[in-house]
Amino acid sequence: MFVCIIHFVQIHPVNSTVSDKPLVRLDGVHFAYGEREILRGIDLTVNRGQVVAIMGGSGSGKTTLLRLIGGQLRASAGKLEVDGQDMGALSRAALYALRRRMGMLFQFGALFTDMSVFDNVAFPLREHTNLPAELIRDLVLMKLHAVGLRGAAALMPSELSGGMARRVALARAVALDPMLMLYDEPFAGLDPISLGITGQLIRRLNDALGAASVMVTHDVQASLNLVDYVYFVSEGRIVAHGTPTEIRASNDPFVHQFVHAEADGPVPFHYPAPPLASLLDNIPA
Amino acid sequence: MNALTAILRKLGALAVDGLWRAGFMARFFLAVLRYSGQSFRRLPLTLREIYFSGVLSLLIILVSGLFVGLVLGLQGYDILQRFGSSDALGIMVALSLLRELGPVVAGLLFASRAGSAVTAEIGLMKTTEQLQAMDMMAVNPIARVVAPRFWGGVISMPLLAAMFSAMGIFGGWLIGVVAIGVDDGAFWSQMRASVDFRHDVLNGVIKSIVFGIAVSLIAVFEGYDCQPTAEGVSRAITRTVVSSALAILALDFVLTSFMFRGL
Repeated sequence: MFVCIIHFVQIHPVNSTVSDKPLVRLDGVHFAYGEREILRGIDLTVNRGQVVAIMGGSGSGKTTLLRLIGGQLRASAGKLEVDGQDMGALSRAALYALRRRMGMLFQFGALFTDMSVFDNVAFPLREHTNLPAELIRDLVLMKLHAVGLRGAAALMPSELSGGMARRVALARAVALDPMLMLYDEPFAGLDPISLGITGQLIRRLNDALGAASVMVTHDVQASLNLVDYVYFVSEGRIVAHGTPTEIRASNDPFVHQFVHAEADGPVPFHYPAPPLASLLDNIPA
Repeated sequence: MNALTAILRKLGALAVDGLWRAGFMARFFLAVLRYSGQSFRRLPLTLREIYFSGVLSLLIILVSGLFVGLVLGLQGYDILQRFGSSDALGIMVALSLLRELGPVVAGLLFASRAGSAVTAEIGLMKTTEQLQAMDMMAVNPIARVVAPRFWGGVISMPLLAAMFSAMGIFGGWLIGVVAIGVDDGAFWSQMRASVDFRHDVLNGVIKSIVFGIAVSLIAVFEGYDCQPTAEGVSRAITRTVVSSALAILALDFVLTSFMFRGL
């Protein structure tokens, strides 16, 4: 099966097979750190085969949203289902069973620094399967081949560039053929070539695995070129959503500011503060 | 009045924070024990930590043990010869090391060398999201990362303390017998006659195991609980060394008062 996947990833063009059945469903989800409310009634669905981007400014709550979907945090109100399972009601064992079918790419890869690239990718296979070492070796080499880094198998994470580390982490995240992929800022800090490669890999791996992907990102242009649907989050609420075409054509002031990278708009340039003149002693009234 | 209120508030906050941390540490300890099975089922994980915590600490332990023994030999001879008891040098060196200095000094060195390294490693794994990544791969970081390091420290500590004491006795012999000229036969025979296995050796081993548990728990806890920033890791390492040293000295007093109260 792996050979088929790798073959598919290498030669087939993007061919999304979107299912109508939601894999991830958030219904009125709230979340707060103590008194500080981060999410205020989020409704969102992600279907199988879809790549969905969650965009918004820093501190808007989008990473919290990703952590809720991954079960790292629990919603304080509302319902969150992944593959039909209520994330708020799962025991630790059930959550771990679900996570074996999830993959997550962290912002800077989060590779295990005391392990080689090969061992990093082999890690989930060794932890969760009883496959013989020879088969694990073959699988790891195929996963690394899919991200173009078979030749880097013996390197340590400290010897990789940021883009390479991200690709190794991607190979590790898809090692167990997940049904759901979560990406936390997959394009942050990448050069244009690495960014393009990472974007293509996200799309192709999603389609090859028949998975769903949720991506938290700031990078509007790179994301709009590869995702099926976009949600904009601001101050803990979904303020706009739509397909990339709809988003590009949107007249919504927030979406317009975000897509066209305008300095001022619904998201103000200045952090709230009293007028500057009132703070300067030497300016005559 | 306002200043007093502020001070009281600060003290109250510190007390609540301390209480909260103590409770969290107790729960963390129970979790480590609960998930320790994997450390023994997958022995290479724990053996690797014994190598890092134990074997790599050998040099500092052996060298320090030798110097402590040399000093004990010099000081012990100086004091004992005033009473015409220089033949008892072997007893003094052995009992000092087996009962007190071996476990305590080895524990302090272990906390500085291995405890700080464990805190730094776990803290950096947290800072670089490696622990989160593991958790997201449905691998429990307490079972996979914390428990093997804890048991690696607990197993290493008594062995290091024993080596420290052995090296110290060798240092005392070097100074007393080889350099000063205390009778070789008296040095060893009096030591063998006076050192009781249960009362002296075993109690020393019990102390070193307790110190090993305390230092290892503090080291893994501080790493796991640190703020995921460079400053947070640095503070956690400092806390490990300071808390371990205080814990060793306080526990030593408690254990000594139970073990050697002259009854």
